[in-house]
Amino acid sequence: MPPQLCTHCKTARAQILRPKNHSRLCAACFTSVFESEVAATITSTALFHPGERIAIGASGGKDSCVLASVLKTLNDRYKWGLDLVLLSVDEGITGYRDHSLDAVRRNAKELDLPLHIVSYEELYGWSMDQVVAQIGKKGNCTYCGVFRRQALDRGAARLGVRHVVTGHNADDVAETVLMNLLRGDLMRLGRATGIVTSTPAAAVDGLKDADGDDGAGAGGEVGITNVKRSKPLMYAYEKEIVLYAHHKKLDYFSTECIYSPEAFRGSARTLIKNLERIRPESILDVVRSGIEMARLVPEADGGCRGACGAKGAKKEVIQPDDEDEGNGGCGTGNGRGSGGEMAEMERKLLMDERAEEMGTETEIQPRPVQNGVGADGVKGRQEATPAPHPASTTIVPVRPKKKDGAPRAAVALPGKQTLGRCERCGYLSSQAVCKACVLLEGLNKSRPRTAIAVDASHG
Amino acid sequence: MADNIDIKVEFTGGLEMLFSDKRNHKISLPAVDSDGQPANVAFLIKYLCENVMKSQKKDLFVLDGSVRPGILVLINDADWELEGEDQYELQAGDNVVFVSTLHGG
Repeated sequence: MPPQLCTHCKTARAQILRPKNHSRLCAACFTSVFESEVAATITSTALFHPGERIAIGASGGKDSCVLASVLKTLNDRYKWGLDLVLLSVDEGITGYRDHSLDAVRRNAKELDLPLHIVSYEELYGWSMDQVVAQIGKKGNCTYCGVFRRQALDRGAARLGVRHVVTGHNADDVAETVLMNLLRGDLMRLGRATGIVTSTPAAAVDGLKDADGDDGAGAGGEVGITNVKRSKPLMYAYEKEIVLYAHHKKLDYFSTECIYSPEAFRGSARTLIKNLERIRPESILDVVRSGIEMARLVPEADGGCRGACGAKGAKKEVIQPDDEDEGNGGCGTGNGRGSGGEMAEMERKLLMDERAEEMGTETEIQPRPVQNGVGADGVKGRQEATPAPHPASTTIVPVRPKKKDGAPRAAVALPGKQTLGRCERCGYLSSQAVCKACVLLEGLNKSRPRTAIAVDASHG
Repeated sequence: MADNIDIKVEFTGGLEMLFSDKRNHKISLPAVDSDGQPANVAFLIKYLCENVMKSQKKDLFVLDGSVRPGILVLINDADWELEGEDQYELQAGDNVVFVSTLHGG
């Protein structure tokens, strides 16, 4: 068949069939269109402010590699004046993260960006290899996801950065939207579909403005909880990210995490990819649907799920949501799915108080919603909306909590929760002790025995 | 008549691990398939599964008779959708790239 021509420049041979609109582009036009679209996403959402210091959560995989490359390109091209730095988390997974970190190091050199690596080992005293040796392969993603979120925040804080960007793409968001639908968990849609997710915790102690200018610790030191997250590639197809990397010859690492179980997310992923083959627009349509649905669901984003009832409250502390929601630990890259419900709930709590100040957040969820039993929040909304409460009770058995019964009891807080800091580590938490510390406590309790066992096996 | 056509095949995005951890392969493909039809990409995929793949995990590459959804195929650096997908008839010197998008990023 005769070569088709690029519909953009009409001279070069078409090489890319765009999934979103079936346009056929040559590699050069594609690269430029892809970059322009990311730039448009960033400017239309006012994602960054000039001179802002941004940490790019870099896993060495394709998404973060493309994100770093595009941001660097755009920053230079449009003179945004962003101060970009790569931030990687070393989970301590031999045979996986060590190789991917090599890729990050090469990227850093190539892009001439500083790189900072924080490790689980230094932060928590446990590498993931050790965690897995302790608890087995099953459920370890919970640990990884919870630890990663804090690790990125702590890494950002060390660097004095208030904003971490991650490489989540449209396919990831569509997957998460579907997973939330399949679980009947509409409350989470806001977090899944919002371009900005965690709220600057400067708001936490009520002393500061959401812009965080006078955030925790003067003199440039950023409190560990005072970090926001965003995903500039959330409208970019995974296919196009891979093609961008291919045509720009970017050097990325691609091997699944050796501990990744891929259970529920894997199925959602397969579904998305099958849909894409039949009707590629479906991916962005699912994303769009998720955004629209999030608007319709009062308290979408976690809200009262824990606070409004004892049963719901069980969900708050330990959520082995890893296998599905927590793409965090599952080889899908740095910062993905990171915080699980904790972060989402915390964000909701923040929004209760601060929604009016947060442009991007309000866009996700148009009104601040009260956390109480819903009368206020639901008032004036559609009849269908009270559903979340019964729904959240039915979810509980679906996602059984196998461990750490004790902390749950502490969670059945009446009414509106107040957001504070973990009494052990100071991380933003609505509980006295944050999720990571609870997990760590469990690990540390049984450590002596295992340590001996491990030593013996080595010795 | 040439009995074989020589092409280059590349596996990336994690697919290497199904093919002896080797990214670039030189393949000498029979010019016609068992039905006497000119070798196309569908035939190449079958050939790769039967002759080149060392891994048992065939379903990570092929599903329901075609490349698994989520794996991109580039023919001479262009989307195979633009080239006729698996019906594209291979020419000597062609470069076919299989890129998985299924791995983490």
